[in-house]
Amino acid sequence: MQRGILDFWVGLFVIGGIAALLFLAIKVSTINTVSASNSYAVTADFNNIGGLKVRAPVKSAGVVVGRVAKISFDNNKFEALVTLRLDNRYQFPADTSASILTSGLLGEQYVALEPGGDTKNLANGSKIQITQSAVVLENLISQFIYNKAQEKGAGHANP
Amino acid sequence: MFSAIYRGVGGIGRRVREGVWTLGYATRFFVAILLRSGDLLRRPGLVLRELYYVGVLSVIIILVSSLFVGMVLGLQGYETLKIYGSDSALGVLVALSLTRELGPVVAGLLFASRAGTAITAEVGLMKTTEQLSAMEIMAVDPIARVVAPRFWAGVISMPLLAAMFTATGIFGGYLVGVVLIGLDDGTFWSQMQSAVEWHHDVLNGIIKSAVFGVAISVIALFEGFDAQPTAEGVALATTRTVVVSSLAILGLDFVLTAFMFKG
Repeated sequence: MQRGILDFWVGLFVIGGIAALLFLAIKVSTINTVSASNSYAVTADFNNIGGLKVRAPVKSAGVVVGRVAKISFDNNKFEALVTLRLDNRYQFPADTSASILTSGLLGEQYVALEPGGDTKNLANGSKIQITQSAVVLENLISQFIYNKAQEKGAGHANP
Repeated sequence: MFSAIYRGVGGIGRRVREGVWTLGYATRFFVAILLRSGDLLRRPGLVLRELYYVGVLSVIIILVSSLFVGMVLGLQGYETLKIYGSDSALGVLVALSLTRELGPVVAGLLFASRAGTAITAEVGLMKTTEQLSAMEIMAVDPIARVVAPRFWAGVISMPLLAAMFTATGIFGGYLVGVVLIGLDDGTFWSQMQSAVEWHHDVLNGIIKSAVFGVAISVIALFEGFDAQPTAEGVALATTRTVVVSSLAILGLDFVLTAFMFKG
């Protein structure tokens, strides 16, 4: 086969492969910009993290500002120790509170940051003091039943 | 009685010895390919020619089968997701299963049966017709001249083919999900984009396909190089290429998945 035609087809093949990669990069996936170099880590203790997973998004006002980097168990306080990696571009006051919420009814769980009013900002390695645990459906239901029973009991006491 | 046991145990021992010998020979073959690839920098035309036969000619089968794999994934995924009312996650399902597993693995299996067999048959026939010996007599190194270009062509082609497979497969899922079934165009892509990550999903899939490319190329070339120099020997070697490289792809896939996606 002629060298020119060969070159043409191989070139087309390589261009096709790179185009497919570009399609995967731009249209299909997101490049996770939160890497160790341009981010800082903060920790937070939670009583219960529910179904939170590593790499779950950290959102503030609904915008993704970081990722959950590590989840471990603190055997002294019997609490979950969650490490969050936040993008350097976003700075939060030191008294920011973190809560675990669910996107949608059955969606994935994420960490929501609610900024406080402190003048100092969270730095690398600092700890978020105010946290709110994930809502566990079973606890919610049992609380509801307990409240109903209490209402009934109160109703019987004062006829 | 005793001699039967003696021969039986001896047979097992001989097979193990031969297996280890073949494994060692294949490893030395692999190292020899890497060591003698330097000449290719001076003659890139050799790789170019093999890229055409190994890569370009595999494109059609990769594109057609990936389109159908993607469309079937779209149909089946929709049927199941519909039950849970989460049919908007169809894009996620199609994209994740293609980028992580189906893209590299199915492209690898197709590549082994399309290009791997061709390599084995070609090299095996070269050996049978004593072309390889003739080269050695002319002081041309057959590993540098015949084997190494085919190896690198396979290693370069495989990630490109896997990327094409994944991209076309996702397009097939899009055709079924959005065009045929009528899911929302925006949710299909945006859900996919938020769930699929470049490093964790796409890049790991590409790394997988590169590893498969190395494995398939080495197996195909080794089987051809090691074939009995008869018509029957070449036929057997070609069959072994498909069997061994398919098993290697699936086994390697499990190991790589365990490393990449655990936890």
